[in-house]
Formats: sequence, structure tokens, C-alpha cells
Amino acid sequence: MAAKPGRRVIGKALRKVDAASKVTGATKFADDLSFPRMLYCKLLRSTQPHARIVSIDTAAAARLPGVQAVLTGKDLPIPFGILPVSQDEHALCVDRVRFIGDPVAAVAATTEEAATAALDLIRVEYEPLKSFASAEEAVAHPEPRIHDYGDTGNLHKLIDLEFGDAEQGIAAGDIIREDLFFFEGNTHLPMEQHAAVAVSSPEGKLTLWSSTQTPHYVHRALAKVLELSPARVRVIATPNGGGFGGKSDPFNHELAVAKLAMITGRPVKITLTREEVFYCHRGRHPTLMWVRTGVKRDGSITGMHFKSLLDGGAYGSYGVASTYYTGALQTVTYKTPSYRFQGARAFTNKAPCGPKRGHGTPQPRFALEVHLDKIAEQLQLDPAEMRLKTLAPPKSLTANYLRIGSMGLGQCIEKVVDGSQWKKKFRKLPLGRGVGLACSSYISGAGLPIYWNNMPHSGVQLKCDRGGGVTVFCGSTDIGQGSDSILAYIVAEVLGIDPFDIVVVTADTDLTPVDLGSYSSRVTLMSGNAALQAAERARQILALHAGKKLEVPAERLTFADGRVFDSNDPKHGMSFAEAVQSAEAAEGTVGTVGSYTPPQSAGRYRGAGVGPSPAYSY
Amino acid sequence: MTETAGSKVKIALGVNGEQTEVAFAPHKTLLEVLREDLSLTGTKHGCELGECGTCTVLLDGTPVLSCLVLGVACAGEDVRTVEGMAQGGKLHPLQETFADLGAAQCGYCTPAFLLTADALLAQNPRPSREEIKDALAGNLCRCTGYIKIYEAVELAAARMRGENAEPKTESLYGR
Repeated sequence: MAAKPGRRVIGKALRKVDAASKVTGATKFADDLSFPRMLYCKLLRSTQPHARIVSIDTAAAARLPGVQAVLTGKDLPIPFGILPVSQDEHALCVDRVRFIGDPVAAVAATTEEAATAALDLIRVEYEPLKSFASAEEAVAHPEPRIHDYGDTGNLHKLIDLEFGDAEQGIAAGDIIREDLFFFEGNTHLPMEQHAAVAVSSPEGKLTLWSSTQTPHYVHRALAKVLELSPARVRVIATPNGGGFGGKSDPFNHELAVAKLAMITGRPVKITLTREEVFYCHRGRHPTLMWVRTGVKRDGSITGMHFKSLLDGGAYGSYGVASTYYTGALQTVTYKTPSYRFQGARAFTNKAPCGPKRGHGTPQPRFALEVHLDKIAEQLQLDPAEMRLKTLAPPKSLTANYLRIGSMGLGQCIEKVVDGSQWKKKFRKLPLGRGVGLACSSYISGAGLPIYWNNMPHSGVQLKCDRGGGVTVFCGSTDIGQGSDSILAYIVAEVLGIDPFDIVVVTADTDLTPVDLGSYSSRVTLMSGNAALQAAERARQILALHAGKKLEVPAERLTFADGRVFDSNDPKHGMSFAEAVQSAEAAEGTVGTVGSYTPPQSAGRYRGAGVGPSPAYSY
Repeated sequence: MTETAGSKVKIALGVNGEQTEVAFAPHKTLLEVLREDLSLTGTKHGCELGECGTCTVLLDGTPVLSCLVLGVACAGEDVRTVEGMAQGGKLHPLQETFADLGAAQCGYCTPAFLLTADALLAQNPRPSREEIKDALAGNLCRCTGYIKIYEAVELAAARMRGENAEPKTESLYGR
């Protein structure tokens, strides 16, 4: 495989633009930053799974030499949360703790040792409340409520969606199968612990460097909780030492260091311990799932009813979306004419669950694929052939109004069957050995933003320098997936220049246009399209003026190898830098913008925002 | 070797081939001394529990977890960090292959993998895949799934043996 004809960059296995920095240790992660007079922050965390805070005495801690400030919940009373419908977190617990590890106080001191010692001097009196360790317990006990909001008792969210008559559809099957599955939760465990550094400038502007996947949402949360104009808050996402969804929420420690920097007038840093990362969690929800499907003798699905119960932990996080996702994507792999989904998310007294790799879809995918294998076994069908016959067709609309574009799952199954010698091995290996096959699908970014707005999901600004360099500004965040490189490659392809001549400035709310963040596999598609648009606009400007100078029609110009030249006579041309100079002489500074907004989704029901995507990967 | 300077101790040690003196609070680990007192932040702060291998440096050529070594214990020793790998502005062969084969993704575990692999190749210039896996077993990576790291070590080993090795098409483009 090589680059497609006519392409010079895309499709080639190039070094990432930041690879040399990463292999030399030059990349600066959040914990690698330090500033003169910097203070160290430590958080005191709850020892109780569920309790009322009766009192907190910080006097002795505040008197400890080296301690510069101590905060408790009353200093940061405004709630926040990633979803507008779940603003249920506080930087520091105000009157109630909801899991072991919930932060109740923050200390800033001149050394990490003094900050740690100060935590031991803080006295917290708790009045324990009944706590719930599983979703089943939370369902069984509506009282005491972990939160005073939610659909009922300790159920945060209840969903009931039906597309067509699922019961009638199921009844039309030759067989009906019902199964129950449980998916245990898990966590992301990036090698880099979350870290953040806040600096409050003499002008009253606040800057936060943080290992976050979503600087834009952190920007919004900081402005809200600290009651600052967003114009005076700058968030810079440092390169993430792995994220996997665990750094997608605005976090209490980010708010705490920001407030401490404002109070003390000194830089404040926090680096979580490995143990504390487990308290941040936001991992994959433990999920109990029930599925009932009607199937014809050839394996085709006539109707499906899917139920999920998610153990959400102590806070909302992305949980409402996660719950919808446990029911959203079943239909994009296999044709499902009628479909009912019922979902519930329970609050429990554990570290909050959230969006981990696949965001609510791996759990039902496990259940569905095992369920289909059981059906194949029951019908004595080859599970690979059965799947091939029941694929959701390309360019179709699913029962739940998801628009499928291209769909390569069939080819994928065929390749796997071929490469694994499936026909020779399936049901033919000695006892205890076997081959199996499971399929999956995921979105390439969500069709709707997390908070309602009609602005683009990703924006790019592009600046062409008269020396031939190009700078790309984009709010996207490189978490190791290579999004900085994608920006450089796409712009290099369009402008015919070396990707390593491009400077990529990303993830800085002061300098870069908004990109919503590195989650839901959205960045290449969305920031990539924004970069493509900006680069094509720049190319148009450059072609106009280079064409005039070369006396060649603009549409006949090729941009390649750092030159702009006549496609019919490649020797007749100029350097890319000269093309920029011609345009700059004629029009002034050469800069363009590009943005991307996903197509409108087809569903018009409550919850239709979860599932639509510009493209599904299989 | 150590002398007290206020509440700090001062030691002399070799860091990436340079004789260095450094003063620090005596409870500090080698990891903290490198990062906080010598500003060598290429050595990454991982779990600080001796579990993940992210903080690996070479102490007299042997990989050690710098979070479990006290700074004062390094007086007179020779420490090598990732900052010492590239020479004369030229990347080390392992750094080249890690960069070219996508063996460094987020890059957080990368310095430790590079140093551990370098120590392996110093002992065993022609390691088998199993020997590479064994040598790197104490280093965790969450991005790559390890295959690209093994391939990068194999390619660098071949080049360090003087072979004119190129990446396999499959390593770059899959099958």
C-alpha cells in the first residue's frame, strides 16, 4: 500500500510531527511544567462512602509553616459538570460526600511535603448516611437519595424508546431468544496521572495548563465556577500522556488549583497520585443487560428488545449520554426492523463512571455478539455467515433513525474468515480450543454537541508566512492519537508542502479556534475537515496570484514539492514562498479559516442526539 | 561523598556522561532529583509505586525504577536518562525507529522503554522477540499494544549491528 495516485502525504506512513520530541523526552507534559514561586496543591479526600459533612476545621492546617492557603467547599460553591443536565459536582464537597475519595479540602503549600502534612491536620466530622455499592442496591433503595435530582429515587436517568412495534417484530421470528449479561466496569489507566498548573497574572487573567482531552469544556467550567469572564480564562491542554476518555471531564482538581492561584497570586500545581486517578475514574460503567430477539431460521433479526442498567457511581459525568449509548448502536451493524431500548442509570456511592473508549457501546456490543453466537448455535448456522446475511445495508436509515453511509463490515468479516482459516477451524478444533468472531461499530464523532448550540464543532485558522512556513491553529488536543500530525498532513497535502514545514498550534483557548475535544473518535473527521477547508481557501488565494504572475490559469496550477507550477509545464512555476509573497503583495497577510459542522441528524425524538454521526466505523 | 548543606544533602554523580553536583532534600528519590533538582523532565513520573516502569533510568548501565531509588544512594554513580541518548544532535537508532514505526504514541512511557531497550541491546545485540518481551516486561504502555515497540527494537538492533535494515511494509501499513 502506498499513497493514492496524486497524493503525496495522506496514506503514507510518515513520522508524526511530534515524534522526535517524544522520543527525546522534550515533550512537556503538565507535570513537567514548573514556575518560580510555584506552590503545590494536595486534596483531602473523603474517608466515607456517603455522609453529611458536619464540620471542617482547617485552622491547624492553615498555621502549618509553608501553607499558603486552605480551601473548603464554601469557597467554591457553584456546581459544574460536563453535561448541562448534570451540573452535580463541586470542586470541593459543600455539605455531603458521595464516595470514598470525594475531595473536601484543598491545601496550597510551598512544598509537596508541607501540603501533605497539612492534610493530616484538617479535622472533618462526618455523619454517615446509608451507602449503595451496586446499581441493584440503588434501585432497591430510593432513599436516602444520593442526589436531589434525577428521574426517580436513586435512578439518575430512565430511558424508554421504541421504534416500530418491537414485540410484534420479535413475535414474527421463527425463534425467540432471551439472554442476560453483565459487563464489569473498568478504568482507563493512562500512564500519565492527571496534572494541572494554574497561574493568575497581575492583569487578573487566569491560565490553566492541564492534561485534559477537552480544554474547551474546562474553559467553560472554570469561567462558571470561578465567576470569571471566559475572556479572562485561558486553558492550555498539554500533550496528554494517554487519556482514553479519563481526561474528558472538567475536574475538581483543576478548579481547586485555579482558585488557589487566584487567592495566593502564585502559580499552583497539582499532580494526582495513581490512587487519586482511580478516584477521578470516569471509567466504563458496570452494566447489567437483558436482550430478547426474534430471529428467522436464516438468522435475520425480526425485532429486538434491549434493556440496560448502568452503575453510574456518585456523579453524572457523561452518564446520561453513556446510558443512551448502551442502546444506540445495536442497529448499525445488523438490520433490525423494530427495536425497543430501555435504559437506566443508577447513582451509587463509588467513584463516578463516564466515557471510556467506546463510551457505553462496548458493554452492549459484548452482550449482543454473544447473544448472536448463541442464536447461531441454536439455529445450527455458521455465525460468520449468519452475520454476513443480516448486515445493515450501506446508505440506509436504521429503525432508530441513524443514517448509515459506507459500510465495510461485510468485507471485514470476509477477510477475517479468510485470514483465520475459519472454515477449517470453526467447530472443528479439539475440545477446549476454538475460534470465534465478533463485530462492532462506532461513531466518528457525535452529530450533536454536548451543550446545545448551532456553531461548528471544530475550527481551524491558517496563516501563511512569506518565508513559506504555514501555521495551523486548532483547538484540538493531541492525546497520543496523532491529531497534531493529522492537521499538518492534510494542510501539507493541499498546499503541496512538507508537513514538517508546518507549525501546529493546538489546544489553547487563547490562541486557537474551538474544537470540542478529543473524544468519540471525532478529531480526524472534524478538525481534519476544518483544516481541509482552510487549506483549500488558502490554496485558492495563492493560486489566484501565483497564476497571474506565471500567466497560467489558476485551475491549471499544481501545488507540490514546495512549488506552485503549471500542470502542463512543470518547469514553469515558483516556490511556495514566492506564491505567498505574490498573494501578500496583492492582498495583504495571507490567512484563512475553516470549520466543520456535522450534517443534521434524522431523528426527531428525545434522545435522538446520541447515536447520529457523520460516519460509522466498523 | 555526601555532605549536609542546611536541610539538603549534596552529592556528586555522573549524569549522561557529565560530572554533576546536586543538592536536595535527603528524602528525595532519584526520580525527584532528576526532575525537580536537575530539570531533566524527560524521565517521566509514573505511578511512583514501582509498578509501571515509566520512570526507568539506567544506573551504571542497568535499568532501575528511579521512583524506588533514593537520590543519596546515587552518589558517585553514573545515571543515564533519555536526554543522554541523542548524540551530537543525532537521534539514537532506537529513537529513530520508535519515531518511524509509531512506537511512541502519547510518548509518556517512551523514555523508559528506550532506555530499557538500550540496556538490553548492550547485553544482547541480537535478541529474539521473546527476549525483547522479557526485557520490556516491567514497562507498561497503554497506547501501542506493544507490537510496534517490539518491531522498533528489532529494527534498531539490526541497524546497530551494522545491517542495512528497513522497516517492513507490514509494520508501516498492516496487512
